[in-house]
Amino acid sequence: MDLFEYQGKQFFAGYGMPIPPGEVAFTVDEAVAAAERLGTPVMVKAQVHTGGRGKAGGVKFAATIDDVREHTGNILGLDISGHVVGRVWIEQASDIAEEYYASFTLDRSAKKHLGMLSVEGGVEIEAVAEENPDAIAKIWVDPVDGLEEATIRDWVASAGLPEAAVEGAVDILGRLYEAYVDGDADLVEINPLILTEDGRVQVLDAKVTLDGNSVFRHGSYTEFDETQTRDERETAAHSRGLQYVGLDGSVGVIANGAGLAMSTVDVVNQVGGSAANFLDIGGGANADVMAGALEVINNDPAVRSIFINIFGGITRGDEVANGIVEALDRVDIEAPIVIRLDGTNADEGRVILETHLSESLQMAPTMLEAARRAVALADASGGAGA
Amino acid sequence: MSIFVDETTKVVYQGLTGSQGRYYGLLNRDYGTNVVAGTNPRKAGTDVDGVPVFATVGDAVEATGATASCIFIPAPGVHDAVIEAAEGGVEFIVAVTEGVPAHDEARFYNRLKRDFPGVRLLGPNCPGIISPGRCNIGITAGHIALPGGPVGIVSRSGTLTYQALYELKEKGIGCTTCVGIGGDPVPGTSFIDCLEAFEADPETKAVMMIGEIGGTAEEEAAAFIRDHVTKPVSAYVAGVTAPPGKKMGHAGAIVSGGKGTADAKMEALSEAGVRVGLNPTEAGELMAEIVATL
Repeated sequence: MDLFEYQGKQFFAGYGMPIPPGEVAFTVDEAVAAAERLGTPVMVKAQVHTGGRGKAGGVKFAATIDDVREHTGNILGLDISGHVVGRVWIEQASDIAEEYYASFTLDRSAKKHLGMLSVEGGVEIEAVAEENPDAIAKIWVDPVDGLEEATIRDWVASAGLPEAAVEGAVDILGRLYEAYVDGDADLVEINPLILTEDGRVQVLDAKVTLDGNSVFRHGSYTEFDETQTRDERETAAHSRGLQYVGLDGSVGVIANGAGLAMSTVDVVNQVGGSAANFLDIGGGANADVMAGALEVINNDPAVRSIFINIFGGITRGDEVANGIVEALDRVDIEAPIVIRLDGTNADEGRVILETHLSESLQMAPTMLEAARRAVALADASGGAGA
Repeated sequence: MSIFVDETTKVVYQGLTGSQGRYYGLLNRDYGTNVVAGTNPRKAGTDVDGVPVFATVGDAVEATGATASCIFIPAPGVHDAVIEAAEGGVEFIVAVTEGVPAHDEARFYNRLKRDFPGVRLLGPNCPGIISPGRCNIGITAGHIALPGGPVGIVSRSGTLTYQALYELKEKGIGCTTCVGIGGDPVPGTSFIDCLEAFEADPETKAVMMIGEIGGTAEEEAAAFIRDHVTKPVSAYVAGVTAPPGKKMGHAGAIVSGGKGTADAKMEALSEAGVRVGLNPTEAGELMAEIVATL
């Protein structure tokens, strides 16, 4: 789950980190009212789940209330890499003396938490890592040990932060680690962490990704789930509890298991087509799940054919076949379907499907053959080159 | 021979009294696995279809000599279940449960490494392990695997593991052990652990590897193969066409910051001498070619 900047800042503030005063606004009037309460000058910042806001014109300095009105009007509705701005964060402008970078994330290779700190803040950390890797001070934290203040002090010293920023940074980094662990975050990033002209260390931007698997112990995270960026198809699938990712092609994909679903998308592309989605229906594959999956695919206007790829493990092929037949009774499917069914009781399943086969419901013996047919059907109905 | 488990492995099922635990535990027993016990602190003294239930793994180990545990506990309880199993004295833990928070995984991984270095964890979020004809722990359908070798399989994905077993069975090729390491960010057992064990196993003559996007586990495996594996390897990496920034079902399967792409993984594996297929069928065909030359 990705948080908007302002949600991330509020999350950080909950752990006692200093953030400049600000308010979220959904309209120009709300932005103006917020700026009047905060006092100008303020920053008007687009809230989107993507980077590159500044370059796209999504972050503006507003010296006066008129500026706030003008900038907010321009930024709301702005398209930033496919993300349309629906809300802005109005924040008291800070006098920046220096910009740093700080983050914690899981290092999957080391299987420990990785802290990164750099005096080269305000730019993409990937760029710093490439051009000047020595400018990033890294520490690995064993989650069993946790992070001691003495270690943080050594870390801050090795990053070369100036004396004036040391105390503030040590305090914030300790809290940042606490927020990262306690909040079950995949990533907490402050870029930039700033030293102000009057010597305070502050969080100027916040990027937070929370682990969706941890929601059972963080009831309040449901509010973040509601503000995730999903297209219409993804929202529909999410509400049915399906693992779905929207893609740009014309072949709708349904498979059981994440790996097989990914592989199905790959194979569709390899035989010259393009998948409209990734959809994992999991192990069950009963009629309810299958009907839900078909509904989601059916509502996607880009879909020209559907490829159902099922490998029966514990799930039996005959149960899956019955599920498909029942789902087809319930949902009026527009695009032709190609089914590949293998594994446990596949023969029994194929016999069940046999009697329902037609031009618009075909069966193929292998994954590759099924992919070829699904792509041919999509092309025949004008879905090529999507 | 097989790796990690064999016909002498005695398994206790944590969560045997739940619907999933009961279903798969008894299915594993039907396959021939030594299912010796279950645990549930509130149902100690009862049994599940003749399998005795104990309060803790420690009690089960004491009474039955269990050497492995299989976890079917819901995600919130997996951290404590893993530690309980290690403290209870088993040497092999299979955590099938999906949806375990990454911080929990990092915590019990490092705790085991430090305090229980002799204990191996497989998973979480994995289908388990099967040594066809000898032992099946987890949710793999036993009959899709042909016993006898000579191929060892290691996979990050569940259904693709089945697909791999099936591709080989269709060609009459058997499997020594098939290990599903799972698709989570901190797997207890890595590709490298399995490659090392397969390299040391005299019965395994070749290895089939199924990877997927996200992380750098495949690249690390490639480096290990280049330096330490003499047996031939075929591989497939799922997610060639996955868009960046989107989790493809598994918590660990995400391309971010230009890292974790299937192309980079396939290239690293090819450079290490691995024969890489573009889909599971092709990887199976490559393995058939390898087996024909053994």
